[in-house]
Amino acid sequence: MKLSENWKSLRLFFAAGLIAASSAAASAEPLKVAFVYLGPVKDGGWTQMHDVARQKLEAAMGDKIKTTYVENVPETADSERVFRQLAADGNKLIFATSFGYMEPLQKVAKVFPGVKFEHVNGFKTAPNIVVYEPRFEEGFYLIGTIAGLMTKSNTLGFIGSFPIPSVMRNIDSMTLGALAVNPKIQMKPIWVNTWYDPGKERQAAETLIAQGADNVAQNTDSPASIQAAQEKGTYAFSIDADMSSFGPKAQLTGTTEDWSGYYIAETKKVLDGTWTGNRHTRWGLKEGMVVMAPLNPVIPPDVVKVFDDTKAKLISGELKPFVGPISDSTGAVKVAAGSTMTDKDPAFNSVNWFVKGIDGTVPQ
Amino acid sequence: MNPIVPMISSTVVAATPLIYAALGETIVEKAGVLNLGIEGMMLIGAVAGFAATLVTGSDTLGFLAAAAAGIALSLAFGFLTLNLQTNQVATGLALTLFGIGLSAFVGHNLAGTPLPPLPSITIPGLTSIPIIGDLLFHYDIMVYLSLVLFAAVQWFLTRSHAGLTLRAIGESPGVAHAIGKPVLTTRYLAVMFGGACAGVAGAYLSLVQTPMWVEGMSAGKGWIALALVVFGTWKPMRVVLGAYLFGGVTQFQLFAQGFGLPIPTEFLSMLPYAATVIVLVIICRDPKTILLNQPASLGISFHAAA
Repeated sequence: MKLSENWKSLRLFFAAGLIAASSAAASAEPLKVAFVYLGPVKDGGWTQMHDVARQKLEAAMGDKIKTTYVENVPETADSERVFRQLAADGNKLIFATSFGYMEPLQKVAKVFPGVKFEHVNGFKTAPNIVVYEPRFEEGFYLIGTIAGLMTKSNTLGFIGSFPIPSVMRNIDSMTLGALAVNPKIQMKPIWVNTWYDPGKERQAAETLIAQGADNVAQNTDSPASIQAAQEKGTYAFSIDADMSSFGPKAQLTGTTEDWSGYYIAETKKVLDGTWTGNRHTRWGLKEGMVVMAPLNPVIPPDVVKVFDDTKAKLISGELKPFVGPISDSTGAVKVAAGSTMTDKDPAFNSVNWFVKGIDGTVPQ
Repeated sequence: MNPIVPMISSTVVAATPLIYAALGETIVEKAGVLNLGIEGMMLIGAVAGFAATLVTGSDTLGFLAAAAAGIALSLAFGFLTLNLQTNQVATGLALTLFGIGLSAFVGHNLAGTPLPPLPSITIPGLTSIPIIGDLLFHYDIMVYLSLVLFAAVQWFLTRSHAGLTLRAIGESPGVAHAIGKPVLTTRYLAVMFGGACAGVAGAYLSLVQTPMWVEGMSAGKGWIALALVVFGTWKPMRVVLGAYLFGGVTQFQLFAQGFGLPIPTEFLSMLPYAATVIVLVIICRDPKTILLNQPASLGISFHAAA
């Protein structure tokens, strides 16, 4: 009897000790934050920008956090394995930096309710999943402003990856931005049906240039079209990163991302316990998530002024890319006069039409 | 500007790497060896050529380095399949996977660095002829060399003694060995030639077509070259025509989109593959042509009976 009583208290003592030890460890140990990348960290574009932000996050938070990343993770069942592994390794905040991780993430998040997941560009949230996305359309609207004023042939080109809503919005908003400063322009899109194939992107750029497009933007990942424009003496616009080293004369500007502000804000929320799930954050020029690449010195001052004014209006909210009346290429009204389509509208997430002024039919 | 001329010149540039890789593989397969590692050797060639040109500033050294890198990788393949007699299909696939990984590893710090493009050749008098000058006389030197290579391969296979030996070894290595032909040496040389050609094809991508290095930049072209060899029934002329056809239809489908033709883009993207296969199948619809041209011992390991 005595012995068992003693044993009981001993066990209690140990249990209390363990709890104390683990809570002490929790306060001393840094928060583990993980990043999952689609491409290599030196891809010169999308993934690289995420990794630059990860480094800034680490610099800003010091020893309060510890970051890791996994690169070249395909958008397949492989990613599910990676997410499970990272969660099991004690990472409490995981950033999934590609759209295609959406379904694997849903599964893993249910298994690890204590881990907080952040998914880029997706649309499925959960109590421990939030979604974040840049307002790309603002960047493309400004590209349209420059292209519309710089074109001599009044023909613009766009190398599209796949006709999905987020890409359609970019073509549409670039066209609207250009039409606002030059009603004579016409936009030619070409679909390459790939995110990444430098040879094919290059061919698409050459085709557009041959058909008279002297300002070509893109939604694909390589700098091939900037190189093509540099050689042919026309203009191009970068995406994700500043690609001017591939075409210092050709690249007029570009739309790039700075994710660091968001990553720091979210990590702070986790640290002070204010992080909540089921959120959808879209940041743009105002919040500094969308950043324009440096303007090329060939752009004349009057064009720079229009660009600066437009940018200021987009930042203040006075101007939105999708202000009615907007009709599509078949003439059907998509946004009524006097109304504005914003990212709060359900229609925003299902844009599958070209605005009037785009030469071509939407692949169905 | 006449849009047809740029369309044709883009076609030629798109077809050139395929011609190098496919002609190399033709020789390899004619010797009875199936090397599925073209994609991997192209990537190694692309990164080696890019790095060499970046350091030395010389395109010539870049292409030589690419050929050397392709040969080095093909020697690994040769050792495994010819000496150790591993399965050629599995080894070739492994070579591709290895090449993709190794090139990414080696080129990690090269990504994002630009190179100036290879200047196109100007021939006084000829280049300035309107249209014809643009069509025929304004390419980079590697385009012309690919045609020289084609002529050389054609001559080698059909007109030279060594070519005859190579084909005999591809048909029946046992017989060739019995009459004293060096089966292993010939197959090694063929595999190395294939490696050099694939390396040069890769360097054409990273030095000429899009002068930069990015991981996986061959984007499946090695597989297309491999298919061209089969559909071209191992005949250099058909292989080259197939490459131009593939390049041409790829270019046409982008072109058609620019003109706003109402054809689904997914269908257009499929077109280069479908058209190339259909045309080449029609060319060689006689089953005898395939049977006669396919090396009888393709993909079979040769073990010399003492």
